[in-house]
Formats: sequence, structure tokens, C-alpha cells
Amino acid sequence: MRALLVVFALTAGNAAFAADGKPVYEKWCAPCHAAGPGHPGTTALAALYKGAKPPALEDRTDLTPPVVKQFVRKGVSVMPFFRKTEISDAELDALAAYLSRKR
Amino acid sequence: MRTPPGVSESDFGAALREFEAALGKEWVFTSDEDVDLYRDAYSPFWGEPDERVPSAALAPNSVEQVQAVVRIANRRKIPLYPISTGRNLGYGGSAPNASGTVVLDLKRMNRVLEVSERNAYALVEPGVSYFDLHRHIQEKGLKVWIDTPDPGWGSPMGNALDRGGGYTTHQFRNHFDAHCGIEVVLPDGEILRTGMGALPGSKTWQQYKTGFGPWIDGLFSQSNFGVVTKMGFWLMPEPEAYLTGTVFVSKHNDLIPLIDTLNYLESSRVCQGMSDLFSPAMGLPAAYDAPPFARDFAAMIADAVAGNPKAMEDHAARSGKGYWGCTIKFYGPAKVLQAQWEYAKEQFGRIPGARFVDGELIRLPLTAEQKKTAHLVEFGVPNLSIFAMGARNENTPNPGNGHQWFSPIIPRSGEAVFEANKVFMQAGKEFGLPVPPFSIPFCFWERSFVFLFGFPVTHDAEQNKKTRAAFAQLVKIAAEHGWGEYRTAPAYQDLIMSTYSYNNNALLRFHERLKDAVDPNGILSPGRYGIWPKHLRGRRA
Repeated sequence: MRALLVVFALTAGNAAFAADGKPVYEKWCAPCHAAGPGHPGTTALAALYKGAKPPALEDRTDLTPPVVKQFVRKGVSVMPFFRKTEISDAELDALAAYLSRKR
Repeated sequence: MRTPPGVSESDFGAALREFEAALGKEWVFTSDEDVDLYRDAYSPFWGEPDERVPSAALAPNSVEQVQAVVRIANRRKIPLYPISTGRNLGYGGSAPNASGTVVLDLKRMNRVLEVSERNAYALVEPGVSYFDLHRHIQEKGLKVWIDTPDPGWGSPMGNALDRGGGYTTHQFRNHFDAHCGIEVVLPDGEILRTGMGALPGSKTWQQYKTGFGPWIDGLFSQSNFGVVTKMGFWLMPEPEAYLTGTVFVSKHNDLIPLIDTLNYLESSRVCQGMSDLFSPAMGLPAAYDAPPFARDFAAMIADAVAGNPKAMEDHAARSGKGYWGCTIKFYGPAKVLQAQWEYAKEQFGRIPGARFVDGELIRLPLTAEQKKTAHLVEFGVPNLSIFAMGARNENTPNPGNGHQWFSPIIPRSGEAVFEANKVFMQAGKEFGLPVPPFSIPFCFWERSFVFLFGFPVTHDAEQNKKTRAAFAQLVKIAAEHGWGEYRTAPAYQDLIMSTYSYNNNALLRFHERLKDAVDPNGILSPGRYGIWPKHLRGRRA
């Protein structure tokens, strides 16, 4: 019973955490990575994956926290990296949890 | 540990401890991992020993903290490089001119201090982005527009201080011109307010620009005389309607009367928006994801530029699309816009064979549906769609790592457009730069054109070295023709400043006299826009 409670608490904690990540996504990622035209990140990922993966980040189910953090802090191609005054480590944890949440 | 030029590790360590005491340890970044986030992501020196990298970064959250940091830096002779949102990509990003300079990151100062709908102005801090200001106005339901450049994550203050531009009407799209009142922390930590802000308790800081006595605001743009901590901007009252109208002409040399007429209409304020010149026959400007021109077609364009336009004129006639086109834009009351467009048609109609296409009159504000297809920046709506440029797409399977802008100012005449294209295309060929067969100038600024060439930045040092050498040649060739750049990345600031050399560099020497007087210890942004403090003046390229 106790183990179950711990598991429940952890799951609930992760869900809350992922929910904190949504506004971070909306503010910092969506302008380039939301679905539809006018989003260069989405166009770029469509050209890269050619249908093998969904081009919009929110539709991806294969992202993991380390992958999200790598791109945010190291950038790729014309996407620059983001400073900690823009996306703090705590916000990045939440963003990584949001984009890699189980669905 | 990286250190500022001429500062020992122990002295730098002592300064960092003082900065920590002023800001809290959390906001003093010294680890390589954190400081690397301040590299210029589009640096033309990426990964080379000459890449300009900071030694540390500081992130104050208030004017008082800025003052405290500047006082410590001035006492300990630690150079600081203020950034606002740090997104000046293509023109330098968040990295300083001199390696070892400490970045003063003002992103946390992100408060919209005031937006007045009645008097149509805003007062903002450095870290406020165009997205932030737009959101604030939307949430409060205020009927005022901002003017935003293409990348909406930039700072109204930072962009204005770098003298950037946007897309709405003349009065607002020159961002420095649209400002009204500055607060600045001087290198000794003292606060100065310009314009009416110099009057204690002033009621008109954002309503009258020049105050009393010399108007010094320009000194704080593209310079290093102070840390700007507040800036006012005039906003555009939300117009009732928006209208476009397009004129097409059929001959190569029709560009000359087309531009002369456009100039008259813009300078008379008959049309107020940012006009678009284009060539349907040439397919220019090309979309970012367009395939490159076939060789034969590029050769036909080159022939036209060389003064043999017959084949291109025939192609234009066959296609039925017109040789040149120009879309002009109107903002204001619907019935006034219609009359302005009718008048513009009369003026353009003097060019034989001119034909017109009426744009749709749009009642504002835009609906959600209209926003999906509109060129949003023309409606003051920030976004990031510009980053399609250079990003991966079907026709660009291997994108680079950014771009660097070569941005010469050219006279507003057809003759100058032809001459500049001849000169830049020849230079591009000679020095191996991807200069398109014809470049269409942009109408951002009143009374002049600007050409924008975005040359690629890669992570291949050899390739970057070649691009830099070619870029430098273009700067020299442009200057020989009487054309100068309006803005550039730190990599080229000394070079370009050296082309503004009238009367034995009188302008730069004046900047240096000011620098020595205002910032005798040379702590603010050494080298920015070619202005080095006395003790580092030998570093100039």
C-alpha cells in the first residue's frame, strides 16, 4: 500500500511538473515549433523526417528530457541556444517533462 | 577561468565576489557551461581563437542593481557588455566585441512600465520582448499597435538602440526614430534621463522627444556611453483599415520612374506602409524555400543587369505578369485609403503600360482567420516565421548555422539599384559569395534603400574565413561607390567604422573624445561600433 502511494505521488508530481512546462513551451518553442504553416522549426523537421516522425514538437512521443535539454542549451542549425535568464534550469526541467510526457 | 583583457585572475575573482554580493550568487554566471550560452550563435568566427567570447555574465533585476554592478566594474576596471534580450542574431547576438568582457544581461528587467492608449506610447525595460509588449497590450485590450521587426523575440529597446526597423508606417517602423525618452546608467553609476525626463516630476517624458538643450539620445545607440535601462516609444493608434494596391510595369528601365513615383507618394505620406518592390518576370524576391534559379535563367537576368534586357522583357511580356511590380500599403480610415490609392494610380499611370491590381480592403483588427495568412508584422503582430530563411526545407536539405547580414544603404533611385546590382553581383562572383543574380532593395527606411544580403555562417572555420574575407571586400567596394552599411556584427564594426572616414576619421575621433570623457576607464562595451577606450585603442583591426 505504501509503495502504491509513493508511485501515485510520483506520478502526480510528474504530471504537475509537465503542466508547468506547457507555458514554457508556449512562450519559447511554439513560435517556431507549433503545428501548421509559418513555423520554421516545424517546416525544418518535416523536411528532416519526411513523415517518419510528426513535425510539430507537441505531437512527438519519442522525445526524452536529455534530448530536449540538449537542443535548448546547444541549439541546432539556425536554432540558437537559450540562456538561463530566458529559460531557467527549473523551467527547462518542466519543459523537458512536458515534451516527453507519456500519453 | 577566462578573464577580461589585462585583469588578473585574482582581481577578477575579487570583482566576481562583489558582483555576487550585489546580485546574489545565482545571477553571476561563471561556469563555462553557463557562459557559453552567451556566445553569438551566428558568430562568423565560430570555434576559432578569434571568436569573441565573454568571461562571465551578470543578470541584474533592477536599475539599482545595474548601478551597483557598474560602480563595481568602474572601480575595478572590469569591462561590461550590456545586452537586452540578446537576440541580435545576424548582427552579433549576445557576445561582446572584446573577448573576456563580462556580459551584462538585462533580460530579467522585463517590465512593461506603462502603456498609454490615450497618448499612444509605452515605457519599457530592456528585457521586454516584442512578444511581451504585444501580449501586454492584447491582455489589456488597448487599441494601440507596436511595430515589430521580423524576429518577435527581440527587445523594442535593444532593437531601437541597434537602429533596427519594422513593417508598419513610416513614423513607427524606424525604431530609433519612434522612441521618446531614455533612462541610462552612466559608466560611473549615475542615472541620466533624456528629453523631458530630465525635468523632475515631468508629465510629458513620453510625449515630447527633445526636452531642452542638446538632444543626446542618439549617442546611446550603436555606441558604448551608457547602459540604457528604460526607453519610451510612440505607438500607433489601431487604424480602422488596411489596404494594398499593386502596380505592374513592363520594361526594364521602367524601374526608374516606378521608384521616382514611389518616392513621391511615400515622402508625401500618400502611402504610409512599407512598400514592396519585386520582379514577377525574374521571380524575385524568391521565397526562402524556392529552388535555385536554372543557369540559363540566371544568365538572362545577368544580361538584363548588364544593360541588355530584351530577352527578359520578352519573357515578361510572354508571362503576362509584368517586369517590375510594386505594392504600396495604406493604413487609416477606409474611405481615405481608397482615395489615396486612386491618387497613387493616377501618378503611376504616367508610366506607359502601367497596370493595377486593387488589394482587398481589410477592416481592422484582423480576425483569427485573417491572422493565419496575413504578413503579421505589417499588423504589428510579432512572430518568428523569418527563421524559415536558412532553415532546413525541401530545397535546402543541409542548412547552415545562421547568417550574417551585409546591409548597405543605397540611394532611392532605379539607376542606383541597377548600379548596385552590377557591382555586388560582380564582386560576389569574384569573391565566391552567394549574391543572387538580382537583388531587390527594401523600403524600410524613408528616403533610402537598404540591400540585405544574408551570407551563411557555418561551423566550418575554413568556409567562414573565406566568407569573412569576401564580406570585407564587399564593404570596401561599397564604400568606394559611396555606399555604407547601416549596422553590422562586431566582427566587422571596426572595418565599417573605418569607411566612415571623412576628414581623417573626424567622426570616429569625436566618438573617442566622448568615450574618454564619459567612460575614462573604458568599462562599457569596449570596441562596440568601432569605439575603443584609450587603453585598448591599439586593438582596432
